Amino acid sequence: MFELSPQDWTAVALSLRVAAVSTLFALPFGIAIAALLARGSFWGKSLLDAVVHMPLVLPPVATGYLLLISLGRKAPLGAFLADYCGIVFSFRWTGAALACGIMAFPLMVRAIRLSIEAIDRRLEDAAATLGANSGWTFVTVTLPLALPGIIAGMMLAFARALGEFGATITFVSNIPGETQTISAAIYTLIQVPGGDSDALKLVIISIVICFAALLASEWLARRATARLHGV
Amino acid sequence: MAGTACNGTPARGIAMLVVQVEKRLGEFFSLKVSLTSESRATALFGASGAGKTSLINMIAGLLKPDHGRIELDGEVLFDDLRYVDVPTSQRRIGYVFQEGRLFPHFSVRRNLDYGRWMSGHAPDSAAFNHVVELLDIGHLLDRRPGKLSGGERQRVAVGRALLMRPRLLLLDEPLASLDAGRKRDILPYLERLRDNAQVPMIYVSHNAAEVKRIASRVVCLEAGRVRIAGGPELLDAAQADMLA
Repeated sequence: MFELSPQDWTAVALSLRVAAVSTLFALPFGIAIAALLARGSFWGKSLLDAVVHMPLVLPPVATGYLLLISLGRKAPLGAFLADYCGIVFSFRWTGAALACGIMAFPLMVRAIRLSIEAIDRRLEDAAATLGANSGWTFVTVTLPLALPGIIAGMMLAFARALGEFGATITFVSNIPGETQTISAAIYTLIQVPGGDSDALKLVIISIVICFAALLASEWLARRATARLHGV
Repeated sequence: MAGTACNGTPARGIAMLVVQVEKRLGEFFSLKVSLTSESRATALFGASGAGKTSLINMIAGLLKPDHGRIELDGEVLFDDLRYVDVPTSQRRIGYVFQEGRLFPHFSVRRNLDYGRWMSGHAPDSAAFNHVVELLDIGHLLDRRPGKLSGGERQRVAVGRALLMRPRLLLLDEPLASLDAGRKRDILPYLERLRDNAQVPMIYVSHNAAEVKRIASRVVCLEAGRVRIAGGPELLDAAQADMLA
């Protein structure tokens, strides 16, 4: 009963790849920006905060369009990256990953920032008196204590990336096998007569994936918390 | 200039500490303290809110004075006129906090070892065992701080500060969070520390009985100023005064 066309399987596999890659690539930036917003005090902090949150409030299609006009093949930046670095985003799955990463970024930063803000700064002071400079303090104290929040942030970003539609389809279109993710495949299927049952199957698959991701992150976060407190 | 200070062996546990600082800490409160300490165990004594913790935070580098100068064994740690402000991590001043502040994600062993790890010294099992024995914490090494009692936690905190090989040890009311019975249990360890560990200490407390047992010199703080300084016998007079 549950048979999917090869094209649909491709969409599922591509979605997982795009979501995983975008989450992993966003992570170091997410941690850095979250730490900066949680601990830093500098001119333009609220501006940075606003910029990071933009994708959350801007229509996804607008974000996708901005990507298209800045990173498309004919745009200066896109042409530069293609010619000198060999990196092409437009109409490639890498572009889908970039769009998903940007859309998911605010959620990731928010979760990590909250968990860093919740850490007792006095522990960081204690590390300093023991000879740890700020970099080591961050790596040995702040980061491990923020781990549950980092896991939550990764999970949110992964789920958001799986569901991304507007920015992706605007930026990299809907090319089967290259940029057609689950969301785009569902959209395509319900446009054609008789595609409903296949669309429903993809919907069920998305539910299963998201549910599994939620349970896994819940379990990981609980384990991390328990480990931190030595239970 | 910091030659003697850096090899970790100031003369037989006596540190020459010169502090002369000013700091506004609020609209109606300012700290203006000038003191020299040249004894093995100096107590900073005073009521809560007298500025004791602020003062040792400045010595440790956790709080920046508005003006002044802090010098330890001839090395200038802070001097606003010469733009010197050695970061906390490079001061090599051990600090035992009121609430211990052990790292919850490390075992007791890793907590004790943290200072050595961060300073990049080779492991020194003799020093480690000596401190573990001195504080009687050998049976706790594999536990997490979350599973320790208040008294055990403070002993581990003292051990952690000692094992970074400090030039000076600051203790901020290390017994304040403990009940009377626990205090009696820990005081002997602190006396052993003073007599054996060869690290000069500054002991912050508002408890005269504790101070009399630990300190050989007492500095009384009141409302951000040094009121009087001298031997522990001062306390009897100071207490009588406070009651009056």
